[in-house]
Amino acid sequence: MWLPRPLTWALRCAVGLTLAFIYVPLLVVVLNAFNPDRVSTWPPSGFTLDWWREALTNQGALDATLVSVQVALCATALALALGTLASFALQRYAFFGRDAVSLLVILPIALPGIVTGLSLNAAFTAMLGLDLGFLTIVVAHATFCIVVVFNNVIARLRRLGETAEAASMDLGATRFTTFRLVTFPALRSALLAGGLLAFALSFDEIIVTTFTAGAGTETLPIWILNNLTRPNNAPVVNVVGTCLIVFSILPIYLSQKLSGTASGGRF
Amino acid sequence: MDRDQGLTDSVAQTLREAPVRTPFSRRVSAHLHRRPRLRLWALLTAPMFWLVVVYLASLAALLVTAFWSTDSFTSEIVRDWNLDNYRLIYESSVYRTIIVRTLAVALGVTAVCTVVAIPFAYYMAKVAGPREQKILVVAALMPLWVSYLIKGFSWRILVGENGVLDNTIGATPGFGTAAVVLTLSYLWLPYMVLPVYAGFERLPDSLLDASGDLGAKPSRTFWSVVLPAIFPSVVAGSIFTFSLSMGDYITVDIVGGSTQMLGNVVFDNQVYDLPFAAAMATVTVAIMVVYLRLVRRTGALENI
Amino acid sequence: MTLTRASAWRCAAVLTGIALVVTACETSADDEASGSDEAGDPAAAFEPPDLPMLEEIGAGEGELNILSWAGYAEDGTTDPNVDWVSPFEDETGCQVTNKVFNTSDEAVSLMQSGQYDVVSASGDASLRLIAGGDVEPVNTDLVPNYVDIWPFLKDRAWNTVNGVNYGIPHGWGANVLMYNTQEVDPAPASWSVVFEDAEQQDGRVTAYDSPIYIADAAMYLMETEPDLGIENPYALDDDQLAAAVDLLKQQSESVGEYWADYTKEISAFKTGSSTVGTTWQIIANLAKADGAPVDVVLPEEGATGWSDTWMVGAESEHKNCAYLWLDWIASPDVNAQVAEWFGEAPGNSKACDLTADPDHCATFHAGDEEYAEQIWYWTTPIEQCLDGRTDVTCTDYAAWTQAWTEIKG
Repeated sequence: MWLPRPLTWALRCAVGLTLAFIYVPLLVVVLNAFNPDRVSTWPPSGFTLDWWREALTNQGALDATLVSVQVALCATALALALGTLASFALQRYAFFGRDAVSLLVILPIALPGIVTGLSLNAAFTAMLGLDLGFLTIVVAHATFCIVVVFNNVIARLRRLGETAEAASMDLGATRFTTFRLVTFPALRSALLAGGLLAFALSFDEIIVTTFTAGAGTETLPIWILNNLTRPNNAPVVNVVGTCLIVFSILPIYLSQKLSGTASGGRF
Repeated sequence: MDRDQGLTDSVAQTLREAPVRTPFSRRVSAHLHRRPRLRLWALLTAPMFWLVVVYLASLAALLVTAFWSTDSFTSEIVRDWNLDNYRLIYESSVYRTIIVRTLAVALGVTAVCTVVAIPFAYYMAKVAGPREQKILVVAALMPLWVSYLIKGFSWRILVGENGVLDNTIGATPGFGTAAVVLTLSYLWLPYMVLPVYAGFERLPDSLLDASGDLGAKPSRTFWSVVLPAIFPSVVAGSIFTFSLSMGDYITVDIVGGSTQMLGNVVFDNQVYDLPFAAAMATVTVAIMVVYLRLVRRTGALENI
Repeated sequence: MTLTRASAWRCAAVLTGIALVVTACETSADDEASGSDEAGDPAAAFEPPDLPMLEEIGAGEGELNILSWAGYAEDGTTDPNVDWVSPFEDETGCQVTNKVFNTSDEAVSLMQSGQYDVVSASGDASLRLIAGGDVEPVNTDLVPNYVDIWPFLKDRAWNTVNGVNYGIPHGWGANVLMYNTQEVDPAPASWSVVFEDAEQQDGRVTAYDSPIYIADAAMYLMETEPDLGIENPYALDDDQLAAAVDLLKQQSESVGEYWADYTKEISAFKTGSSTVGTTWQIIANLAKADGAPVDVVLPEEGATGWSDTWMVGAESEHKNCAYLWLDWIASPDVNAQVAEWFGEAPGNSKACDLTADPDHCATFHAGDEEYAEQIWYWTTPIEQCLDGRTDVTCTDYAAWTQAWTEIKG
């Protein structure tokens, strides 16, 4: 669409403001990682690298990061499997209750985390008598991650159509070979986008995790929550935040590189 | 196009490999081929088992709990069926106030996210060059990887008295409902930007050009062509911004001053009075279900 | 977990203890006949099961499962310099597994599972654990360091029932009044500065964000409105609770924000968005260290506070290790470390000579019996009035939770 020059500039201004809106709070985090105050306020009262030294030797933060990565990997793997199956069923078949099923897939993310968390907590502890821990977190995370994989895959399937698969099978390939050599390669970037998003959702989830983690398992967000409230450790949290900002480039770069499309993924 | 080329290649490769597949998989494949119902079952069983048994069953159990009550000394649940919890929510003005406030915050957050996301996503999809576009997508996604809590506390420093806003632009909403709306908008913005951006990407340039060629001014094109086309995407994003705001209780604690929302009531009651917390949670479920029903017609659910 | 919540609960537990024991003692003379008591009699609810205590300590079992508040059993993972679990393991051979709980309720339900050997219980938890037979009497003769515990912490309602000890006192603290020395002049001597006179700091008053804070208002009313007849801030009938709620609603109009964790309150006092309100000594110390112009006072009406006890699980399979831990955590050196890390007064009188900060005990008023007696230790309110009244039903914690929501609006 052709836009008059002033309008283009107005648009540019809006984009600039949005970027400032997005990045100023992150800049505050980075600055406070070097702030000698135990409880950060504005402006920082000086410059120190002490918190970085403390952060590097902080076993709790490292352990929690490891737990978060493991949880996110397990939850993502489950979500990839279940989400892909569901998207094939809903895209390729018409059946009674199809709408209800599609709503059911969306529900865990459309209902607030506190509802999901509270009901899973009650089910795990009161109904099943499970000890809350790593397993229960993975189950809870996988539940709300299914939908992001589902949506990415079903959108791709919709665009893909079935002609290539039909051709493959007409030419004598089995259903499995066709999936391996035709369908899967075409889905790969959608799976990657969905998987990354699922990983990100799980990695930073706090509310559902609070309800399903029990007291013994500490994911990174829980570690952050516990330590933000304790001035002895609060500044170290800003260091961890800065590290997250830096390391976030990694998965995003990966997704850009591998998916080949500009879009980082769909919800 | 690349993908078509890739598909052709893979079909060709299939041809080369097909004859050496094991007979067993061929038999299963042939068996499945004749039975679409069986294929459907094979696909649906695992995800449905998960969603129904793990998720729906626990949700149902929670909703049932709301009709029970709590023994005051042991905090144990007493299974006497009653509507006391709902009556309390209905009759007590404070809970009504909190529900309305929470709805207002969720709508406010959705509005702010929409207003911020549309120009940004439009620029990304339609104005920016390929390189700039890539950078902007990364820029919009990056905050998703930084902890929610760390961002929340950063906003505490931004909006607090003598904070960043106070020091630079000389004005701040201070701790309270406005700060909650602002902070939540910040936190959920990527969830709005992404679907809207995808919506703009799907909108063909030619449509906008046609509108312009037919004499429509940019504003007319925006209201009559762009907005209707991306509306489902906006609604899809709003499901996230709305639902995530409805259930939040942590941001309110950080920047809300003395404000409390639905999530706080649920959280505060979950240990000592689970049935009441469940009743309060049911209210949010009801609101979200109504919301989902309303937006279903727009086709937004396909755009999530 | 959040320390704030933890401490709140801890405190709540203790207070329940006091009142219950008082009533229990009154009725214990004819407790055989008390079976016919109506449900309203707290003594009936608190006749503890008859459980044996350990007679002698044998060799350690090589294993110990601890259930504790955050910060009470540090093994170096939070901060490599903060570790009193590893030396315990080296010395006793008891390998420690620590589970942290967030609320007294969680502690009680976890203890009921029978998987834990020792627990750091608050007053509300401790009595429920005793009443439920989840913890057993502790033979203090087997804990050599018990003799050095401050006498005023021993044989109290939250650790002793009918003269039987159920645990080793750990440490305690008070919820004191913090104020900005530049904005609040003259220095306040009464809680009135956050209640009746709250308007003078309109929008800058802060309060602890928990239903248990209602007790602070009740304690204030005890002094200022004697006609209400409040004897114990944790035993409020409907009228008394309504009076406290009214006072807090009036206060809430001047409240800038409620605080529930260290960081939040310190930043609010540093920037000046809060100038007066309830706090813990540790928070005041940290705020001062960060350059905030603040000071604390124990107002004339007294204060609420917390006191914790280490107890032994009745079903524990590692009782020798459990007693070894009880003695370890009560030893002067370790008790000093815990008290400093957590920010409270140590229970062991000899700990005061061993703190890294030589003024720690003075700052936290350890051993200051007079100071300690002004504290109403947190207790969970229950229907049976904790002040011994039997003619009315008191408001329980669920009612307080709802009242708190109403106060915040």
